[in-house]
Formats: sequence, structure tokens, C-alpha cells
Amino acid sequence: MPELSPDEWIAIHLSLKIAIVATVVALPFGLAVAWLLARKNFWGKALLDGLVHLPLVLPPVVTGYLLLISFGRRGPIGAFLAEHFGIVFSFRWTGAALACGVMGFPLLVRPIRLAIEAIDRRLEDAAATLGADRPRVFLTVTLPLALPGLIAGMVLCFAKALGEFGATITFVSNIPGETQTISAAIYTFTQIPGGDLAAGRLVLVAIVISLAALVVAEWLARRAGTRFHGE
Amino acid sequence: MTMLAVDVEKQLGGFSLVARFETAGGVTALFGPSGSGKTTLANMIAGLIAPDRGRIALDDNVLFDSATRIDVPAHRRRIGYVFQEGRLFPHLTVAANLDYGRRMCGLARDPVETERIVALLDIGHLLGRRPGKLSGGERQRVAVGRALLMRPRLLLLDEPLASLDAARKREILPYLQRLRDETHVPMIYVSHHAPELKRIATSAVLLDGGRVAAAGGLEVLDAATAELT
Repeated sequence: MPELSPDEWIAIHLSLKIAIVATVVALPFGLAVAWLLARKNFWGKALLDGLVHLPLVLPPVVTGYLLLISFGRRGPIGAFLAEHFGIVFSFRWTGAALACGVMGFPLLVRPIRLAIEAIDRRLEDAAATLGADRPRVFLTVTLPLALPGLIAGMVLCFAKALGEFGATITFVSNIPGETQTISAAIYTFTQIPGGDLAAGRLVLVAIVISLAALVVAEWLARRAGTRFHGE
Repeated sequence: MTMLAVDVEKQLGGFSLVARFETAGGVTALFGPSGSGKTTLANMIAGLIAPDRGRIALDDNVLFDSATRIDVPAHRRRIGYVFQEGRLFPHLTVAANLDYGRRMCGLARDPVETERIVALLDIGHLLGRRPGKLSGGERQRVAVGRALLMRPRLLLLDEPLASLDAARKREILPYLQRLRDETHVPMIYVSHHAPELKRIATSAVLLDGGRVAAAGGLEVLDAATAELT
């Protein structure tokens, strides 16, 4: 395999950084939403459920555009965050991470929600009689039992973030070194004459990263699973 | 002598439970046919469900009182509960299950007491295993140990032998008798099986259709069994 150029390395590094940050930052929100949807009945639950799943069914370009008009420099949320916290999303890698996190969110929430729904709540009652208050029941019983779902959700979210294209390019464009991920770089190379070789190299890299993520996920899920059944 | 005073009312759909009784230490049998409200009553004592009206007190400590709006949450009642299905935590080893109550209640480690309970229940060889690898009888013994090691003020046992076959029941009863004789934790023993209760209980409350039909010594069990047959 021919050597990767520095620009290609930057795209790979950027893709991994964006996907990891998107997944890690989305996790606490995903966990909270999954728990709410699994356990609570409240006004607007169907609405929240719909909102969470929206990025799954909307064209990614629409999601990207909605992010642009709300989190962009002139968008109400974007302007507020930039003014008060100095957080800027537009045309930055942070914006790419936001787009990837939003696109991966439904894939993150669903397995966690299913895992929490599958937990025998009588175990939580047992924990309460043994002296555990609500937060500790969650940390010592609910969360460990939902761990396989948590891992599955994180892997799906990471994979989605790694491959995200439409929402990212619409929201933060395709700037080498800042928002140009592997997907965006491949797209760019296919648009210029003689870019096939570079595109091919990045395609190989994308395949290798995806396979590695799958193997790691499988291994983690097995470990979490055998903990309940094995010695 | 620990005294449990219960005087509660609860409406659950078409079923109404109105129960009033007191116990004074030892092992109190809570006896009655299925559907008579035994488990509901145990859950109210443990704090897992709230009565509609009434009062539950352990010695001078009021656990529930609808008149003064007291409802001590389950995790602060210090009442051990052995469930029919054990309910061991599948993600923890037997040792970690046993230690769970102590950790959650913030009690100091007490290796001597742990060793005593482990020996009493004969579960020392199981400590490194996970609940999924235990037999039904082993699981219930671990569940009893887990409830005891939180140093409960009262131990609730809800049909602890119901999921076991006759041979396993015979295997566990001696452990429960030793528990009664060697620890001084008062117990409420819920069952619909009179012979089992007669081997372990020191007093009895008979529940029928959500009402206390009789309360007193073990003769209550004889009278109830005679009536049923």
C-alpha cells in the first residue's frame, strides 16, 4: 500500500477525534434520555421519542441545515453559546462533532433504552431493601446490568459518527484540517481528476477502522455478557 | 425484644387489605392461602409499597404513619428481605452480593460476623461464583446471608422455600432453625405451608381474604389447617 500523505493523515486523525468526542459527549445525554424513555411517563414523552429519532429519518442535509440555522454563528443557540461560553460550532471541528453526535444519537439511545427496559426491576427493589438510595441503585444495579446495551449504543454511535457525511458537510462545510473527515476527503478526491488513488487509500483506511471498531465492540460485549453467566 | 406493630389499609383494584397485628420478637408466621395479602403486607413493612392509611412501627421507630405523613423510604428502614426468587444480583459474585448491604448501609467491615454467617449457612465454597451458577437451594441460602449481613432490625422471609423441591426444603430448614436459635434478629416468615411454619415459627398471624382471621401462638396454624382440610 502506498504511503499516506500528510493531508490524508490529518483527515484520519480528525475523523477519529470527531467520532470519539461526539460519542463521549453524547453518552451522558443518551443515557439520561434512554432512562427517561424506559422508565418515566410524562407529558411530551412521544414528542421526545420522536425528536430523538428524527435524525434517523430526516435527510442528513436537512439535519445539517437545521443545525446551521440554530447553532451557526447567527443562529440563536450558536450566538448564545459563542457569546457566553466562547463555544463556536460553525466551520469548526466542534461543529462536525455536534453534527455527528446528533446523527448518532438515536442509535446510541435505542440499545440503552432496550437494555434498561429489560432489567428486572425487582432487583432494584432488593437493592433498596439492602440500604441503597435511588442514585446508588442506579449506579450499582441498573447501570452495570445495562452495560451490554451501553456498549452496543456507543459502538453504533461511533460508527455513525465516523461515516457521517451529509449533515456535517452542510453544517460545517469541507475544510481540510478543520472539518474534512475521511468521508469528506474521499468525496473531494473523487471530484478531482487523478484523485482515484488517494480516494482508494482512504477507502481502505475507512474499512480497517470500521472492522477494528466492530472487533473491539464484539469483544467488549462478550466480556460484559460472560460476567453475568460465567464464573 | 423487638416489637413490630402493624395497622394498615390498602386497596389494590378489587382487593382490599385491612390488617392489624403485633409481634414480639422470635419468628412470626404470616400464614394464609395464596391471594390473602401476605406478600402485599410484607412489601408494606419493607417500604416497597405504601399503605393507603395506617401505621407501621418497629419498637419506638415509626416507619409509616398516614396521620403524621411519615413514610421512611425502604433504603432507610434496615429491614432485611429474603424474596421468594432470591433476587441475587447477577452481575456480582456471591461474596459481593453478601457484602452489598454492608456497603450500602455504610457499616464497618466485620470479618468475624461475615465468617459466622457464611459458616452458619454453609456457603463458604460459593463465594467466588456468580448467582447464575448456583442451585436453587444455594441461591436462597446466599439471599438469607445477604439480608442478614446488613444487620437488619427485622428479617422478612417471603416464601423463601416455595421455589424449591421437597428435598431442598428439608436441606434449608435446619439452616433457618439455626438462624432463629443463634441470631437474635426477629423474623416475619411468610408462607402458605403450615408444616414448614410449625418447624420454624414461634407465633402466628393468620391472614384470609385481606383480613387478619386469627393471631397468637402456633395453635393458630393447627386451627387454620384443620379448617382448610
